[in-house]
Amino acid sequence: MKEQWIAFQTLVRKEIIRILRIWTQTLLPPLVTQALYFIIFGKFIGSQVKAIHGVSYMSFIVPGIVMMAVINSAYGNVVSSFFGAKFQRNIEEMLVAPMKEWVIVAGFICGGIIRGLVVGALVFLMSCFFTHPTVYQISIVMVFMILTAAVFSLAALINGIFARNFDEVAIFQNFILVPLIYLGGVFYSILSLPPTWQNFSKLNPLLYMVNGFRYGFFGFSDVSVPFSTALLIVLTVVLWQVNIWLLKKGIGIKN
Amino acid sequence: MVAIEINNLVKTYKTGTKAVKGVDLTVAQGDFFALLGANGAGKTTIISILIGLVNKTSGTVKIFGHDIDREFDQAKRLMGVVPQEFNFNMFERVGDIVTIQAGFFGIDRTNALKSSEEVLKKVGLWEKRTAMARTLSGGMKRRLMIARALVHKPRMLILDEPTAGVDVQLRFGMWDYLRELNSQGVTVLLTTHYLEEVQQMCRNAAIIKEGEIVRLDSVRNLNKLIKQETYVIAVKKMQPLSGIESYHPVVVDEHTFEVNLNRDEQLNDLLIKLMEHGFDITDVHPKEQRLEKLFLSLL
Ligand SMILES: Nc1ncnc2c1ncn2[C@@H]1O[C@H](COP(=O)(O)OP(=O)(O)OP(=O)(O)O)[C@@H](O)[C@H]1O
Ligand SMILES: [Mg+2]
Repeated sequence: MKEQWIAFQTLVRKEIIRILRIWTQTLLPPLVTQALYFIIFGKFIGSQVKAIHGVSYMSFIVPGIVMMAVINSAYGNVVSSFFGAKFQRNIEEMLVAPMKEWVIVAGFICGGIIRGLVVGALVFLMSCFFTHPTVYQISIVMVFMILTAAVFSLAALINGIFARNFDEVAIFQNFILVPLIYLGGVFYSILSLPPTWQNFSKLNPLLYMVNGFRYGFFGFSDVSVPFSTALLIVLTVVLWQVNIWLLKKGIGIKN
Repeated sequence: MVAIEINNLVKTYKTGTKAVKGVDLTVAQGDFFALLGANGAGKTTIISILIGLVNKTSGTVKIFGHDIDREFDQAKRLMGVVPQEFNFNMFERVGDIVTIQAGFFGIDRTNALKSSEEVLKKVGLWEKRTAMARTLSGGMKRRLMIARALVHKPRMLILDEPTAGVDVQLRFGMWDYLRELNSQGVTVLLTTHYLEEVQQMCRNAAIIKEGEIVRLDSVRNLNKLIKQETYVIAVKKMQPLSGIESYHPVVVDEHTFEVNLNRDEQLNDLLIKLMEHGFDITDVHPKEQRLEKLFLSLL
């Protein structure tokens, strides 16, 4: 058990070194993109949008934009780190060692969560240049940030396990993740949508993450916060099990 | 105690290729063992199964008595692996690569750092510890993999073509190091295409053809099967090669020529003859023969 703990620490340390080594790819780009969102949506367009639940549009979009950065960073970190290890074959360093599957999963997931949290915190700090940030309940903010980062890290690991080339690394992020995020209520409250679209939006898991997170800032949400929390926990557990099963089977990494 | 015990090992890849077709093999603890065979014979596949990179189709494998189906973790702790192809992250630092591998084996950081310093010094890469792996030469990269394989002090070292792309000087250094390890009790299993490597280091060998072991014998016995051996002779100054025509000499450059000796001919006789003819010999060594030659005489 001590041995597994050391292996886990080693993998997390390795992931942190990687994040810091290529910070121009891991930390900088989300800051630039999210700054553009603040400027374009918050300042230029937001000035013409009326307050939502008494919160200015600029403030309203802060949690969504932070969450977007958390999701993209966590996902991107795990999928590229794992696929990179497969591609350069240094994943074999883990396979020849007596490392349990859960240690490998936990190590990569921690890397994703750490990058998600760091980027999320930086984007939130950046939002202070555009608006007065408020936090209603910090514990909810943290729970949603960590669980969301965990869910997308786990999803990214599955993506990395199955990916056979760099296209398959990018494809999920571009064609599924980005639309889900945009339609997940980052820039609007779904209560302003026609009923059909409201119901349709409720099929999108991102809606629950963004709204739960937003609740932590302002104390209002389009959907039930306990339900959102439960959904995140269920997703984490299920995706965790899927990953363990895939690694045990050696899918994508062993012949 | 046996280091490796393989019974009826079969591997069929998803593509349908039958890479290993019922191999039985036992390697004694402390042995220096060669796995020989032409390209595609199945050597890497067998090794990959031993170390957990490829799932076997059927059969059993025991490493120092640990069945890999039940006690793979115990088995893994006892093995160090130098794969055929570079498999480290080219963008990591040399020192980190070795230390991280130790960590994956559950060695705490203090000891991991100590052990990685030890092995990096041993393979002559300590000065390069902060260099990015990508910037190493081919031979250095191979030595890096040897250091990484040894960082957890395994009882058996498995090397898949360890000297491919390594210059002669370095190769001798590596041989010395492997011999030293073996004399300390580390079992060594290696694959190679160089006959000289087998003759200089290995005690026993198995020859694999198309996924089956066609011969398993001591290197001494296998040597007897080689009907002819080529030697490279270096001299201070070249002169007409008269009087030794029966050895079919071939001039390589102004300082070296090659001769062929049959099994029943003594190298010493030839050397005496050369000296009588006034040759100033500076070096004599067997030419590296592609092992395929040996297989041709065997199969
Ligand atoms: N991942 C794979 N998928 C399908 N077939 C494979 C795979 N790896 C190896 N093979 C096939 O299995 C056979 C044995 O290959 P292997 O790599 O074990 O040979 P080898 O003896 O190591 O050869 P070499 O001396 O060239 O390294 C070959 O026919 C090869 O094409
Ligand atoms: Mg091979």
